[in-house]
Amino acid sequence: MVELRSTGKPRAAVRTWTSFMTDFSIIGKPIAMVDAAEKTTGAGKYTDDLSLPGMLIGKILHSPHPHARIKRIDTSRAQKLNDVIAVVVGADAPNPYGILPVGHDEHALAIDKVRYIGDNLACVVAVSEATAEAALELVEVEYEILPAYFDPEESMKAESNLIHDNKPHNLEKDYHHTFGDPDKGFAQSDYVTESRYLANEVTHAAMEPHSTLASFDIDSQTGQAGRLTVWSSTQVPYYLQHKLSLVLDMPMSQIRVIKPLVGGGFGGKSEVIPLEIIAAVAARKAKAPVKITYTREEVFWAHRGRPRTIIDLKTGVKNDGRITAVKARVVQDGGAYCSYGVVTILYSGALLGALYDIPNIHYDGYRVLTNKPACGAMRGHGTVNVRFAFESQLDEIAGRLQIDPAEIRRRNLLKPPCITVNGLRVQSYGLPECIDKIVERSGWKSRKGKMPKSRGLGIACSHYVSGAANSIIRSDMPHSTVNIKIDRDGGVVVYTGASEIGQGSDTMTAQVAAETLGCALSRIKIVAADTDLTPIDIGSYSSRVTFMAGNATMRAAQEVKKQIASAAAKKMNCAPEDLVFRDDSVFKQSTDHVGAGLRPAQEEQNSASVSGRVEGQILRGSLQQKRKDEGPKDSMSFEEAVVATIDFHGALTGTGSYAPPLEARGGKHKGGGVGPSPAYSYSAQVAEVSVDEDTGEVTVHKVWAAHDCGRALNPVSVEGQIIGSVWMGMGQALTEEMVWKDGLLMNPGLLEYRSPSSVESPEIEPIIVESIDPEGPFGAKECSEGSLAATIPAIANAIYDAVGIRLRESPFTPERVLAALRAKKNAKTLDMTEGVDPTAPVRLREHGGALWFKGKGPERHELDPARRTEGG
Amino acid sequence: MKKQLIELRVNGRPRELAVEPSKLLLETLRQDLQLTGSKRGCDDSSCGACTVLIDGVPMLSCTLLAASCEGQEITTVEGVSEHGALAAIQKAYGDWGGAQCGFCTPGFMMTVKHLLATTANPSEAEIREALSSNLCRCTGYSQMYQAIKAAIEAEQKGMDSLSQQVAK
Repeated sequence: MVELRSTGKPRAAVRTWTSFMTDFSIIGKPIAMVDAAEKTTGAGKYTDDLSLPGMLIGKILHSPHPHARIKRIDTSRAQKLNDVIAVVVGADAPNPYGILPVGHDEHALAIDKVRYIGDNLACVVAVSEATAEAALELVEVEYEILPAYFDPEESMKAESNLIHDNKPHNLEKDYHHTFGDPDKGFAQSDYVTESRYLANEVTHAAMEPHSTLASFDIDSQTGQAGRLTVWSSTQVPYYLQHKLSLVLDMPMSQIRVIKPLVGGGFGGKSEVIPLEIIAAVAARKAKAPVKITYTREEVFWAHRGRPRTIIDLKTGVKNDGRITAVKARVVQDGGAYCSYGVVTILYSGALLGALYDIPNIHYDGYRVLTNKPACGAMRGHGTVNVRFAFESQLDEIAGRLQIDPAEIRRRNLLKPPCITVNGLRVQSYGLPECIDKIVERSGWKSRKGKMPKSRGLGIACSHYVSGAANSIIRSDMPHSTVNIKIDRDGGVVVYTGASEIGQGSDTMTAQVAAETLGCALSRIKIVAADTDLTPIDIGSYSSRVTFMAGNATMRAAQEVKKQIASAAAKKMNCAPEDLVFRDDSVFKQSTDHVGAGLRPAQEEQNSASVSGRVEGQILRGSLQQKRKDEGPKDSMSFEEAVVATIDFHGALTGTGSYAPPLEARGGKHKGGGVGPSPAYSYSAQVAEVSVDEDTGEVTVHKVWAAHDCGRALNPVSVEGQIIGSVWMGMGQALTEEMVWKDGLLMNPGLLEYRSPSSVESPEIEPIIVESIDPEGPFGAKECSEGSLAATIPAIANAIYDAVGIRLRESPFTPERVLAALRAKKNAKTLDMTEGVDPTAPVRLREHGGALWFKGKGPERHELDPARRTEGG
Repeated sequence: MKKQLIELRVNGRPRELAVEPSKLLLETLRQDLQLTGSKRGCDDSSCGACTVLIDGVPMLSCTLLAASCEGQEITTVEGVSEHGALAAIQKAYGDWGGAQCGFCTPGFMMTVKHLLATTANPSEAEIREALSSNLCRCTGYSQMYQAIKAAIEAEQKGMDSLSQQVAK
């Protein structure tokens, strides 16, 4: 850690409100999301709610084999079925693509090989869904079955029958990083501990299944198919536009991507999902609009969730609890394609830093290919499983050294502003306050160690980026750009590429614009996520929207505000700097607040003032306006000021953009581009659990979750994001797990993939900590991901506190808890965990998952290493 | 399959339709009546996003045949708002963060509407029990409880002011 104090205070953000203004009129107050009514009335349209005249339905044929060469694919019988319009196969779109420039290993439809059960083979386009489904049965495929790999550690030994020919040993990517001097660090330590941790696979399971509607226009000049319009449930319209351009060989300018309402993403819609490409290819071939909507089972196959992860973690500490060195070896079971994998494995190492002060770090990361659906980005991308291991181990160390687990965390705090040993710049740092708050609220000091039998408290911390400082398509171009147009009607239209996916992106944009302009929220109209209308924004992932699109919105608003100020200043006979924009008015700073045309505070703040209307006329000529205005005034309504500005300047538009500053973009080492962020959020949590020692069932009673979000722009949304993150973390900790049998997902449904219901969901007390980041918009940072990671170890540590078992394999299902409890009591072991001890797991289970499925799996090749030696 | 003529009462209005006997109510609402508020979130009646009220009782429209609902009163989320304004529960869901991505929200609206119609002052346990028929992946449900309590309060206030007016 390099402290930055000597270089002076962190650069102050550009602020527009004048210094005497201590409070805000729009931000910081809980408001309903701007699209809430659309959602509660059912009027809002998601992609699958859309239809076009002549629209056809596409259905996809998926591979039943985990690894096979396609010897022959015959679609002729399917094509002959009545009402089938087209059948699309891999040869119709042979260009490869992938979300990362280094990972272009996918095709719209399989060309020569299928690589997982569920891989995409063909798409039937028909008049109705039923016809398309019937036609799928008629597609004939002949396979040559190949040996398949399901265990990443086994897969890494592969010499032949590789999943991708250009990836020896099925190794997608490995990184080996050393920061500081780890050997010296361990030598200096008084106590070293080392353990293996396993985290099983989870998926987003957003409520809205993926859906895409694609349609080609006919070009007036050529008379041929021209521009493509795609409506899709995506978190990043720009990436979809980019990949469509690659696969379809069309210029990006000929492709328009529109994001309707999106029913949840959590990372699962942050990359291009096969159906998004297939729908466009199918529309081209069928010469008609095509819509494809996944079934829930297909959503599970599309996956891109959090990979099964093996973490070998070693930590050295001094007797006072100060960490001297950390060594981590991480193996991720990445599935059959690269997806975001290279980024995921880098995050796992990079975000060992920036939470605590760790002077020496060694990291070995392996992203391994297996014949399973591809893993990708999921809430807390890359950081969650490693954080589970780290915070569990820190708890163990605290116990060993007899230091309070909250105290050991305090002893390892960073001293910001600083740069961590692995090159991450930390400025605002609310972690100490987060720890203080949860210790206080949970009654930690008085209750810890004095809980009733089988009940316990556990603490853990986590953090996350407020947007990646480096875009996956590396460039120095802005990450977000926002345009604002204000016309003589007094309406403010904000054009942003930021993607509302339920997290409140549009509401944040409206709030930041209204606060900056000092106008009523009701004036703001948001036009978002339409690549024809809105400037490029790299979308909703890595928790970047508030920080980056928020800053761009603020800058665009400042630009128009400057123009309004110069015109209003002339009207008011003062300098532009003397003007205050607030409460839908513009007034002189010196003017008495209430007497200056400001409406009483109790009046509805969200409604636009109508004082600009002149004698009932809504649109009035500027001459008439001038006649009305005799002599300088002390205040104007926002609308009057706008009209005056258009009088002076003509059109009133502004643009703002945001690119992370160079000093926040990280170290120069290979892979150093992942992990850096302009700001980090911080979280500390206490979980209270009880364990039923007869059944092994864990009940979470309450979680206290403090989260440093910089400044809470909309507290109700911030709390909702904290609660949602903690809740999703609890799902991964206790019940959610993808269960595999030889590459076949055994629980591809919302009943079997056990997302907690309302009766299983504990009380979660969100505690907002505001560290006011110097570069965030109004000081804001992220609040949607950082809290997730702490929940899993907080629960693990609480289970240890309750019953004395240290679970090192997640999720902590009843069979694992019971196996550990029985082992502790030296009772007869129950063979429920395939012989894997959840307190000291040495390997991933053969089939993975809590349910040891004993049935017969899919047909195996005799060379298949996964094939069982004895009859199933 | 040959279509047959059926008459459904949806949100208080009669609708005459020709549908296949095998057509699900959910698809009929979404495709034939363009009432796309009800959602399909799963394929095995596990998520509750398609919940509608059939004669006031919450049912999954993804497991009902449209033709079997003749003669019954069907209420969808599009029938919840009152006189062009949000019903108390809709307003409260917005104010308290009960809806994030909103995809599950129509189903919850129907479940909660039934809860409030049948239980005067539901306890938190009763609310949790009722909501367990619907899945949400965004909210962790907490803010929904606050919204429901706020809606009950608003309704009661509304009732009180109404009865005061009547008394006058």
